[in-house]
Amino acid sequence: MADTTARVLQGNEASAIGALAAGVDFFAGYPITPSSEIAELLSQCMPLINGRFIQMEDEIASIAAIIGASLAGATSMTATSGPGFSLMQENIGLACLAEVPCVIVNVMRAGPSTGLPTQAAQGDVQQTRWGTHGDHAIVALAPSTVRECFELTVECVNLAERLRTPTVLLMDEVIGHMRESVVLPSGDEYRLVRRIEPPTGLRDYCPFGECVPEVAALAAFGGEYRFHVTGLTHDAHGYPTMVPEEVDWKIRHIVGKIESRADQLASNEEFMTEDADVLLFAYGSTARVAKASVRALREAGVKAGLLRVRTIWPFSQKRLRELAPGLRLVVVPEMNLGQLVVEVERAVCGEARVVPLGKVDGHLFEPGDITEFVLEEVGA
Amino acid sequence: MREPGAGRFEIRLSGSGGQGLMLAGKLLAEAAVHDGKNAVQTQSYGPEARGGKSKTDVVISDGEIDYPKATSVDVLLSMSQPACDEYQDSLRDDGVLIVDERLVSDVARDDAVRIPFTALAIEECGRQLFANVVALGALVELTGAVSWESLRSAVLARVPRGTEDVNEKALAVGREAARKVSRG
Repeated sequence: MADTTARVLQGNEASAIGALAAGVDFFAGYPITPSSEIAELLSQCMPLINGRFIQMEDEIASIAAIIGASLAGATSMTATSGPGFSLMQENIGLACLAEVPCVIVNVMRAGPSTGLPTQAAQGDVQQTRWGTHGDHAIVALAPSTVRECFELTVECVNLAERLRTPTVLLMDEVIGHMRESVVLPSGDEYRLVRRIEPPTGLRDYCPFGECVPEVAALAAFGGEYRFHVTGLTHDAHGYPTMVPEEVDWKIRHIVGKIESRADQLASNEEFMTEDADVLLFAYGSTARVAKASVRALREAGVKAGLLRVRTIWPFSQKRLRELAPGLRLVVVPEMNLGQLVVEVERAVCGEARVVPLGKVDGHLFEPGDITEFVLEEVGA
Repeated sequence: MREPGAGRFEIRLSGSGGQGLMLAGKLLAEAAVHDGKNAVQTQSYGPEARGGKSKTDVVISDGEIDYPKATSVDVLLSMSQPACDEYQDSLRDDGVLIVDERLVSDVARDDAVRIPFTALAIEECGRQLFANVVALGALVELTGAVSWESLRSAVLARVPRGTEDVNEKALAVGREAARKVSRG
């Protein structure tokens, strides 16, 4: 029996409500299907909480605005889809290098280019990781339920603030547009994390210097401290540097602060993995289909299980490595032609056969698609 | 038809953009939750603001709903010929096909329920935009997918203020049309 306080919400709506719960008080964006409901709802809500909503002229301006707002002390977010996400890549790199907390929601639709605006895909997984140039790391979380759209938006804000980095909520069209009965977490079921600000009265504030404990404290523009922010590789004070040791430290720092925490940030759901020798590895809406397939495969006598990841980036190899020795087959269904499967192969490292199952016709898998594929692969 | 029970019950509403089918799907999902069930609604439409094929699936269950779309449809409503052509194969053999009689003429199944929803909306409620609510009234009367009281609450909670009476009338018009069909 469902909870009687349940209500029907869309993934996009839950993300917007999550943003408000997480304390987001600045949103700049350019509405685009299938993410528009996020901008729509926040345009109504931001004025009510004394926040700011700005509809920008494009996505380049949108991400520039949320980076600027964050530096001025706001908790900031934007939302887009593939075409807009492409335009944002240059400034995502700026936010990575200048260590500016901000959240980008990307509700994936079928691409490349304008593609299929109203249809589903998971084609931006590697773009999220490597869309901006140069060595960097990124945090990306992928919800599979409407409740998770709320929870992972809060988590994206928390991780952005804690690690001083852009974070991406990587939804797909099915999850963004899907409505389901949901009971959202109450205030005591989640925590909020805020950036560490420097104490007052420092003689020498270093906005890119000593980590306390994970990243340097970040002062708000317009406050006590004046400092320099640039997209040039910079020293502890923010001024451009070409000193090899300083350059090396900077790049290792922006990558290491995220990649070194891959296992700590990992968040998985497992379904019937205890005795499984066939593993389905999935995320987002595809994981819902995979779960139905696991049930069908079990009925057909195949010992199947599901490992669903909520944290896509940084990619944690830990659980896959633990499971790999007991597996003979890993199938990775994705609404792309094989993106996260590459990471799965690296983690499984030859201990089991890893097979991609791609779909790029704009439609979500049906459970039978995955079930039949697995049955064929195991020779049943 | 399978009785709506504890397992998955799948409803597919199809037609063209602008007929209000997304809203109708949302209302069905809200009514199901009001009944104490779980519900998932998904949608599929083209890039056009109006026209083009439009479809929404509503899955209702007492249990967890993993796969969010319909695969084995219990109830199919078609408000346009292209939508009916595309989706009637998704209907179970024991499923119910409900079509707008004036907009869908070519139907593969002899047992299809034919009601002129759009014409009834214009004649009885004054505007064709009530066709979706008329259809909901008929669909729920014919299938019991959700309780009548929950449907009514969901509709009244969602419609613009001042339109409650005419929406309630639209539901009743649909219900009455369905009863006439059932009586043959």
